[in-house]
Amino acid sequence: MRRRLAARVSSAWWTALGVAGLDRQRWQGFSPLLRRSVKAVLWVVIGLLLIKFFGVWNNTAFALAAVVLLLVVPPYQRVVIRGFRVGKWIIPAAVLAIAVAYPYYNGSMPQLPIFTTFPMMSTMVGMGVFTMMALGLNFVVGYAGLLDLGYVAFYAMGSYAAGWFASSQFSAQNLRLGAIGVTPGLTGFHFSIWLVLIMAGVATAVIGVLIGLPTLRLRGDYLAIVTLGFGEIMPQIATNGDNLFGTGFNLTNGTGGISPIDPPGFGNWIGHHLHLPANYLTLGTNADRAFYWTVLALVLLTIFCSARLRESRLGRAWIAIREDETAAAAMGIPLMRTKTWAYATGAFFGGVAGAYYASYIGAAFPDSFNFNISVIILVMVILGGMGNIWGVIFGACFIEYLNLEGLPNVGSWLNGHFGPGGSDIQIWHKVLDVPLYEYGIFGVILVVVMLVRPEGLIPSQRRAAEFHEGVHDEPLYDVTA
Amino acid sequence: MPMMATLLVAGAIALLVDNFVHGPAYFTDIAFIGLTNGALYALVALGYTLVYGILELINFAHGDVFMLGGLFSATAVVSWFGLGAHNSTGSLIVAIFVSLLFAMVACGLINAAIERVAYRPLRSAPRLAPLITAIGMSFILQNVAIAWKGPGYTAVPFVLPSSQVFSTHGITYTWEKLIVLIVTVPVLLALVYLVQKTRQGKAMRATAQDRDAAAMMGIDVNRTISFTFLIAGALAGAGGLVYALYYRQIHYDTGFRLGLIAFTAAVFGGIGNLPGAVLGALAIGFIQAFNEGLPLHMPGSDWTESIVFSILILILVFRPEGLLGERTPEGG
Repeated sequence: MRRRLAARVSSAWWTALGVAGLDRQRWQGFSPLLRRSVKAVLWVVIGLLLIKFFGVWNNTAFALAAVVLLLVVPPYQRVVIRGFRVGKWIIPAAVLAIAVAYPYYNGSMPQLPIFTTFPMMSTMVGMGVFTMMALGLNFVVGYAGLLDLGYVAFYAMGSYAAGWFASSQFSAQNLRLGAIGVTPGLTGFHFSIWLVLIMAGVATAVIGVLIGLPTLRLRGDYLAIVTLGFGEIMPQIATNGDNLFGTGFNLTNGTGGISPIDPPGFGNWIGHHLHLPANYLTLGTNADRAFYWTVLALVLLTIFCSARLRESRLGRAWIAIREDETAAAAMGIPLMRTKTWAYATGAFFGGVAGAYYASYIGAAFPDSFNFNISVIILVMVILGGMGNIWGVIFGACFIEYLNLEGLPNVGSWLNGHFGPGGSDIQIWHKVLDVPLYEYGIFGVILVVVMLVRPEGLIPSQRRAAEFHEGVHDEPLYDVTA
Repeated sequence: MPMMATLLVAGAIALLVDNFVHGPAYFTDIAFIGLTNGALYALVALGYTLVYGILELINFAHGDVFMLGGLFSATAVVSWFGLGAHNSTGSLIVAIFVSLLFAMVACGLINAAIERVAYRPLRSAPRLAPLITAIGMSFILQNVAIAWKGPGYTAVPFVLPSSQVFSTHGITYTWEKLIVLIVTVPVLLALVYLVQKTRQGKAMRATAQDRDAAAMMGIDVNRTISFTFLIAGALAGAGGLVYALYYRQIHYDTGFRLGLIAFTAAVFGGIGNLPGAVLGALAIGFIQAFNEGLPLHMPGSDWTESIVFSILILILVFRPEGLLGERTPEGG
């Protein structure tokens, strides 16, 4: 049914163009550069018209259009300087420059239709953190093809690691380790947040291995359920951990959560000599910028690891297992070890992201680690395109933007434009509250993407082929362990 | 491993005996609660096991179909029949029976529709694809419930009589618990009859064993799968009615929580195995009731979900075929 619908739309499109003298053969006879330019100009014009009529116009929209065209149209891939193929770095470098400069031009952007505003700085930090987590989950789901429904456990573990080692939670102890930028005289463990990020990552990776070792032998859907079980147990430990097993030992401070957690910082000495902030919170309203640039650096690191690992021996082993476990085992790939590495790598980035986010929010609350978060991260990976780094980044940014800022905007836009007589839209005698249906919207995204385009919006070609041509999907048990 | 399992079971039995000696009457009361919970879980667990048996798919949305069944019955009982605290026995029986039929039919149709829309187009896709759409459907159903009833709890008035059936030696057994069994047991028996004795049941079993061979024998596989989803949904609807009337409040999240517990029960008993699902559900019902109710050495209700999921993980890791399942080459 899905194929038929898509085919019908596309054939209607070509018939309409054929009337104007442009049939399919002729279009495909044009040079790729011309085709790409025509498509890009078409989309940019549509976007500009939408902003003009449904958004709030601002001349920056022209600059926006120019940047998009400049990025998409020219054939950068072909640029070679002295034998070095620098071309493939031009677009990533440009995107990075745009991202780094974002705080400076954020205020002067035009308002979009439907989504209204470009993301605020605090939203950008959230988007960065969730991009890290989505890339981490991509190791497990995208590369190794294992469905993990409990990724939130790693996020929780990272956040609580930050809570334990960078707050006054254990106030009976008193240990400082490179706690630069933290107010002197606080009790409890206060490690440098940069150290805590690494510790959280490593601790979470260890947890990942511990979860993975017994369970990775299981078939895919059983593994999904077991990970879901761990994802439910972890927050319950966090909720009930203020009096663990009746001993009175306060591990997690229960429903109150751990707060405040130290912000990152570079301390007075570096602050004085290099003009880096001694403590991010001292920056006041500009603190979000520092948090944003830091998370950008962390995301870059994650992208680097993702890209390098995919091409490594280990990454190729993951993909081989995903495509055909039996053949991979026959080729001598140790299944258990390889899968466990995927798990540990994914968990590591989840832990680092969780610790950083806890440091940004300044707290770790058990309520924020429920199953819904696992599904949100899964939606990011699936919407963008499993296994494709750029797809996952796009999915994570878009979904987290919706989550934090976009859906309320969409709701007020809908109510403002389509509400009867200036009032809000009513459904079943209740005011339409779009953020309330957040997870329903994510559910629709999951179903529609899996039915219509299972390889995601920006697919990895290899993964797309698997979905469309099918793979040998029978798991193997006897050779494992 | 058998050593550890034996130790675990022995420890659990010692705990139970200690509690029993401490207060036999109280212990029995708690056991009745466990039986009632277990009967309810059985209705939901059977839906998981039926669908898994035929498609090898964890129907994640099943718990939410159950939740919708609860909302349907709550609406039917309150808005249609206007039941409250004091009803004549006759009106109560009619109202419950009609609401039961309504919830079963509605949930059956919803479940079959879900299969048609979200699972059938993906039957030849990689195995994780329908699991992902199942999660999506689960969220969609929850949001339908939010749109319909709002995000808060939907309260159901006291409908079932809470008078005593009998009371001896400090042990009391109330009508509401008995009514749960009166609704549940005939539904379970009807299911057994359907699967074991009827032509349609034979088609279901054949499709579960080998879909291609069943198709070659002239069985309409798609129709049989739709029928299985219909039956599973109807069971969930019955469970929803029982839940709404017995616990008297229901919530869009209820189905997800209870669905996971019921799925654990199905895995515990051996997924794909009908008596196993009932046995597993009773076991989980007792474990939950004992954990939450018994006074001595119990972790308490804060840890119920952790205990249930730990059981799930241990079973899947060490005995994926469950209590009654057969060991297959795939391990379950």
